[in-house]
Amino acid sequence: MRIAYPFSAIVGQDEMKHALLVAAIDPGVGGVMIFGDRGTGKSTAVRALPGVLPAMRVTRGCRYGCDPAANGSRCEECRRRSDDGAAVRHDRIAVPVVNLPLGATEDRVVGALDLERALSKGEKHFEPGLLAKANRGFLYVDEVNLLEDHLVDLLLDVAASGENLVEREGLSVRHPARFVLVGSGNPEEGELRPQLLDRFGLSVEVTTPSDVAERVEVVRRRDAFDRDPAAFAARFRDDDDALRRKLARAIARLDAVTVSDEALALASTLCVALGTDGLRGELTLIRAARATAALDGARAVGAAQLRRVATSALRHRLRRSPLDESSATARVTRAVAEVLGA
Amino acid sequence: MNDAVIALLAIDPRGLGGVVLRAAPGEARDAWLDKLRGLSAAPDGWRRVPAHVAEDRLTGGLDLAATLASGRPVQTTGLLREAAGGVVLAMAERAATWVVASVIAAIDDDALPAVVALDESADDEPPVAAALAERLAFRVTMPPSLRAGEFDSLPSAAIVRAARDRLAHVQVDAASAVAVCSAAEALGIRSARAEIFTLRAARAAAALRACACVEAEDLALAAALVLAPRATRVPMAEPPPEQATAQTASPEPPNAEADEAAPGERPLADVVLESARAAVPDDVLHGLDASARGAHAGRRGAVQPTRDHGHRVGARKGDPRRDGRLDLLETIRSAAPWQRLRGATRGRIAIRTDDFRVQRRVRRTGTTLLFLVDASGSAAMHRLAEAKGAVELLLAESYVRRDRVALGAFRGAAAELLLPPTRSLARARRALAGLPGGGGTPLASALDLGLELAVQLGRSHDASTPVLVVLTDGRANIARDGTPGREQAELDARASARRWRANGHMALVLDTGRRPSAFLEELAMAMGARYLPLPAATAHEMRGVIRATALS
Repeated sequence: MRIAYPFSAIVGQDEMKHALLVAAIDPGVGGVMIFGDRGTGKSTAVRALPGVLPAMRVTRGCRYGCDPAANGSRCEECRRRSDDGAAVRHDRIAVPVVNLPLGATEDRVVGALDLERALSKGEKHFEPGLLAKANRGFLYVDEVNLLEDHLVDLLLDVAASGENLVEREGLSVRHPARFVLVGSGNPEEGELRPQLLDRFGLSVEVTTPSDVAERVEVVRRRDAFDRDPAAFAARFRDDDDALRRKLARAIARLDAVTVSDEALALASTLCVALGTDGLRGELTLIRAARATAALDGARAVGAAQLRRVATSALRHRLRRSPLDESSATARVTRAVAEVLGA
Repeated sequence: MNDAVIALLAIDPRGLGGVVLRAAPGEARDAWLDKLRGLSAAPDGWRRVPAHVAEDRLTGGLDLAATLASGRPVQTTGLLREAAGGVVLAMAERAATWVVASVIAAIDDDALPAVVALDESADDEPPVAAALAERLAFRVTMPPSLRAGEFDSLPSAAIVRAARDRLAHVQVDAASAVAVCSAAEALGIRSARAEIFTLRAARAAAALRACACVEAEDLALAAALVLAPRATRVPMAEPPPEQATAQTASPEPPNAEADEAAPGERPLADVVLESARAAVPDDVLHGLDASARGAHAGRRGAVQPTRDHGHRVGARKGDPRRDGRLDLLETIRSAAPWQRLRGATRGRIAIRTDDFRVQRRVRRTGTTLLFLVDASGSAAMHRLAEAKGAVELLLAESYVRRDRVALGAFRGAAAELLLPPTRSLARARRALAGLPGGGGTPLASALDLGLELAVQLGRSHDASTPVLVVLTDGRANIARDGTPGREQAELDARASARRWRANGHMALVLDTGRRPSAFLEELAMAMGARYLPLPAATAHEMRGVIRATALS
């Protein structure tokens, strides 16, 4: 097993790191879109995620990684077994972070007939695909703007319903597929369709640090990692462990975090000031702020949390304004300063 | 340089990722590959990936033919897993997306030692996918034939082996990292991979010299090989240092004028930057970096799904009577696993409706160049003449390329379409003859005309991809409604620019003013267009720029 670059060792890129953590605390935030040049640490951050995510409990023997404690979102097999009153045993596994390569076929994504068993035993058996593997975890699509349209539609459909329905090759299978969709892309190489963009809860921009000292630190850490991955990972193990414990506490605390009417009013005012389309922006803003509060150890959502996530939650939902040509990020920043104070 | 790339890659294939080898097929290229294979750690572990490779052969999986023949599952390993030495990707610039994606995934998983992406593209064709090129340290362009003395400076296999063993012990000091990062920043390189590759290449170079530390000459070599081809800008050259040239400069003695805050660092950074600058390919000077070419969607005629024209890109489930042409092989493939279940008798295949697969095809559409030429003011006549020349030159070539050209001029109160989209040279000549110049500059109205044309093109039945080329000095002074006034004119132009951006097509703004106009550059940005100052544009120059950016 290859040692992954530690999450805590990533230099800068705070907005991206925070967005990923928010999605880990509350998957309901609805996905993270990362915009930026190549070689700015997008893939590195996503690949480092498993190292800081608290382990999750899965039903032993379940091919979809069902949660033994959840009743609503289990696969048919698990449901049948619990109806039969069979004892459920569980394992603890790392949260899956699945990479969906651009060239993936539909079969590989949704799952298909298990050819091997069909050929050797003449049995009809479903072989789960990447969506099953990503259940309860993260699904990462690098360069999502270059992904073929029919795959994009499929991902959106499944992400929205939380369920993968396979009707093909005489198979009829339905299994839970709840995942946080993480996309990355370079806007200069093809725009993202607005429908797709809107489905992402958060969008972040990563840029190359303009500060040479920071660039040097990036390169030096990578160099140290290349030379001795194990020793490098050990150097950051305490930080990663601390972050994992912090995340576990945040997840446990999330439901207890309250959102006051004032906080709701602030969020609405902000969205009105920016003229965002629909309610999705407001809902995401609140959810992301609540996850941030849980991470901060705060009991209630305050202006500080809203300020922290406003740009990520809203920048991709602005209407193009004919009278204002500044960038989306600048517009959100300005509105945040007006509504929430600097 | 060639020799250095081979040696460094043989020393640290995994760390350096590989090379984009731009060369025509032939003796020289074969010799190059032979040398690399010979020096690598696993000379027999090289695999060649043909452009038309089948999926199961590339990434492994069930071998359908063998499985059907033997009646039990037979797995194949796949070229990417077999390759202990590396892979040679033939015609990498034409490789299908899924092939490139599979190779990238293998690189990212550290499962692939080295990739040689063979690029046979001509000057004006799209190069190797940027996502792949980004992950390979080197870019080499080879002359078509072997030169005398080529490969003479290649080290022996024993030396390379010794260097490989030494590699892990080579030290890189902090100053080297600083020097590489400042050089990358100065050259406008944004990816951290470039910097990391540079340091790895320098380390391999030091290992080759049997040194325990990376020194200035290693960094200079690495910068020339890795940073230079990635440069997007070339910083102004400082007055040349008197005592030493880049290649031979020694790193340690900080000369009298050296920055006191960072003794020793400035000279090293200069050495690295100077070496990279000297190796920057010429086209970067025109802002036409090869790696940026072909990056935009819609730049080279977008790909459009069609029913039965164009080339095959795969198969999907469907009804051959309704959804397109039957894909026989895929249909049999999808029926094959079921034969036992369906109780098919020997020698017959039981096919059901569910098995039908139809071909997915796409067609590459042509490009229509929409020229908008500023015919206002005093310089108009010259500009118009050159623009006409460029249009004629491009049209003369467009017979081969299936591209079309349209031309509008703007002067006085509004813009006017002089030449509707056409492939006809004769018609173009007629329309362009006797074009008057002078008057105000209605830039907003010009951009609106461009947008209108682009929308029409998208709707027409032989859809083609519009590329807008605007030639102006940017002194907008006529508002959209035809009234004079700079302020309103610029405001209107900005609004039109944003509308252009919303339609997502490519545009090129050529600033023909004597000095570059900040307003025009900003306007180009708002359009999502590429901005190039071209003060004394000649027809040939324009044609070159347009071909390199818009038609590649």
